[in-house]
Amino acid sequence: MTEAYDIAVVGGGNAALCAAVTAAETGAKVVILESAPEFYRGGNSRHTRNFRCMHRGPLSVLVDSYEEEEYFEDLLLVTKGETDEEMARLTIRMSEECLPWMERQGVRFQPSLSGTLSLSRTNAFFLGGGKALVNAYYNRCEDLGVDVFYDAEVKHVNIEDGHFTHVDVSMKGGEPTRIAAKAVVLASGGFQGDLDWLTRAWGPSAANFLIRGTPYNRGVVLKDMLDQGAESVGDPTQCHAVAIDGRSPKFDGGIVTRLDCVPFSIVVNQNGDRFYDEGEDVWPKRYAIWGRLVAAQPDQVGYSIIDSKSAELFMPSVFPPIVADTIEGLGQQLGISGDKLARTVAEFNAACREGRFHPTEKDGLATDGLTPPKTNWARPIDTPPYYGYSLRPGVTFTYLGLKVSPTAQVHTAEGPLDNVWAAGEIMAGSILGQGYLAGFGMTIGTVFGRIAGREAAAYVS
Amino acid sequence: MSLDALARSATDEARRQMEICNACRYCEGFCSVFPAMTRHRSFTDADMTHLANLCHNCRGCYYSCQFTEPHEFNLNVPAALGEVRQLSWERLAWPGAFSRLFHENGVALAAALAVGLAVMFAALQALRPESGEGFYAYLSHGAMIAIFTPAFFLPLAAVGVALRRYWREVEGQRVTLGQIVEATRSAGTMRNLDGGQGQGCNFEKGDRYSNARRVFHQLTLYGFLMCFAATSVATVMHYVFAWEAPYGFFTPPKLFGVPGGIILCVGTAGLAWLKTKADPKLGIARVWGGEMAFVALLFFVSATGLALYAVTGTAAVPALLAIHLGAVLAFFLVIPYSKMTHGFFRFAALVREAQLSRR
Repeated sequence: MTEAYDIAVVGGGNAALCAAVTAAETGAKVVILESAPEFYRGGNSRHTRNFRCMHRGPLSVLVDSYEEEEYFEDLLLVTKGETDEEMARLTIRMSEECLPWMERQGVRFQPSLSGTLSLSRTNAFFLGGGKALVNAYYNRCEDLGVDVFYDAEVKHVNIEDGHFTHVDVSMKGGEPTRIAAKAVVLASGGFQGDLDWLTRAWGPSAANFLIRGTPYNRGVVLKDMLDQGAESVGDPTQCHAVAIDGRSPKFDGGIVTRLDCVPFSIVVNQNGDRFYDEGEDVWPKRYAIWGRLVAAQPDQVGYSIIDSKSAELFMPSVFPPIVADTIEGLGQQLGISGDKLARTVAEFNAACREGRFHPTEKDGLATDGLTPPKTNWARPIDTPPYYGYSLRPGVTFTYLGLKVSPTAQVHTAEGPLDNVWAAGEIMAGSILGQGYLAGFGMTIGTVFGRIAGREAAAYVS
Repeated sequence: MSLDALARSATDEARRQMEICNACRYCEGFCSVFPAMTRHRSFTDADMTHLANLCHNCRGCYYSCQFTEPHEFNLNVPAALGEVRQLSWERLAWPGAFSRLFHENGVALAAALAVGLAVMFAALQALRPESGEGFYAYLSHGAMIAIFTPAFFLPLAAVGVALRRYWREVEGQRVTLGQIVEATRSAGTMRNLDGGQGQGCNFEKGDRYSNARRVFHQLTLYGFLMCFAATSVATVMHYVFAWEAPYGFFTPPKLFGVPGGIILCVGTAGLAWLKTKADPKLGIARVWGGEMAFVALLFFVSATGLALYAVTGTAAVPALLAIHLGAVLAFFLVIPYSKMTHGFFRFAALVREAQLSRR
């Protein structure tokens, strides 16, 4: 490869594409190095569905307003303060101008999807979802003359005396070849696709986790940069995991694997015992803790049990539930002790009391004298047929990342590297240090992708 | 496998895919199928027949999908619904003996054309009138009526039987004027090929949106309707006003027919060209040839009609007359058993959707 590039973009998801488009619009010669094959291009962005966006009045498909303070407070709530305020506010403020920019690149938005009305003010949904967004950006890149290589895994980012010179890339699994550029943008995501790394960081139980997104985020570039003295942010041992359908694929199951039945169910472990308050809060506020809860159970598996009264109270599941006419039979089909499950259900039923059941808000219908309690939506499980779903932890992303400046420059102990920028999940840990806020990953990727593209283009011109 | 067994397995596969889609719903904004899907948690065979006929094969969902091949979910909704739809036309066609013949088989369609031509050449030979003006100098008005009245109404009756079966299968209710208006508006603008926001569908340009297919389809539709109007208005002129052919250019039949024929030629040529660019795997691959042959037949009908007008008064008239009328005859006869049938089913599906979405 003899062509001289101005900017090499490592990665092929939302942040990488925003950087590439922004830089290429200035006339810079850009190359995208995407480790996935063409079909799986776009990293986790292909599974996303919306963009959390600040707006001071109605904007595109977004209604009403969503201002900086409210947005920042929402972030504080989920991260419990684990955020860099300057970077977070920068992201939030810039999100407003991002949306029209995205539309100009060919990204299309649609009104909030059915079942997600609670997000219609804060989150702009992509028409067709994240893959349609990714397609739009790749088409834009093609129009701007950006070179794109798929199956192009960057093994090493070469830095000499604080200065980037080239990347070593393995094309289609071949021997690494060298691609030189005047600047580099690192946007290659986290490391959750590398199960060995995940197991080392989290513990052996991580081997049983399912990975909701791309298998191609293996953290190769992240590790390479950390080995070369780049400063890190985010807890290296943590990942964001939710409880998903236990029958989901090991990788790449995406949105459809979620299960929203937990608040209307009881959840037991392999021994048939309950282990947490299933009705602590409405599901959008609790689904994120259940990955961790299930991860702490034997063999990292849980079973959510409902009866026919609750069968239609939540979004349909990707796989049909296990159905049985008796609790014992359901337990056997799920592979746990039917007798034990029947006892647990009987205990739970005995602790339920009369009261008003309201599926969409906290109804205070709590158990009486049960440990652990179920504090809302506690109705006896007594109307066959009975339904069961297995639950497993599904990893969405990891928190460990590269420390960057507000201009997206990658830092080492000696200060920022003069021609290395980072965007997206690989640097999101400084803003989203804990928890998760729907659509915020795409916001960080878009904002910092554009910043990185702009800064890198300014550097090379 | 029997047609019913094929339909069962196609319906099961499409149902598997719809159940995955129903847990995702990212594609809600593209067309009518996905909002209709969200009305259900599980899908009966009737639901699947309805969704399949509501699908216009815009392919927006395919190119946006995270779960298409090689993903293990292996979704291909346009093809899965397409197969259910295609089989529904074949299953419900009457009489069943012809049900698949012209869909899959371009050669069969060509044979139908040959039969049509042969009949007309023979008719022109055998039934040549003593006298007559214009075309009636070669084939009397009475002979034309004798051939084309049954050739037009019998296939329409067959379509009627199929539609009745369809309506029963999808559990349709009594139709109101409002539902007809809504379905007509949808078909008239081909809203389900506009991508939901007017950007068009995904066909000849892969994952880029384009309105080319929608435009060429509507040129075909409106061109066809204008040609049909030309014939209808001529019939009225003949019987009601005793104003007999031949007609000059500035008469209603010609003012509808000539532009209609040109538009129909452009539309069908465009559709055929787009079809060569699009990925056949996202349609019903086995009927690609039959569809192409049908589009070609429609083009041939309109092109020979225009040619016939162009050669007025020359020695070429009798031959071209036989060719054009033969093509028209073949077209009429294959209506219930070819791609032409999609228009009737699709319109019924739009009416049914108007009923269901208002609940």
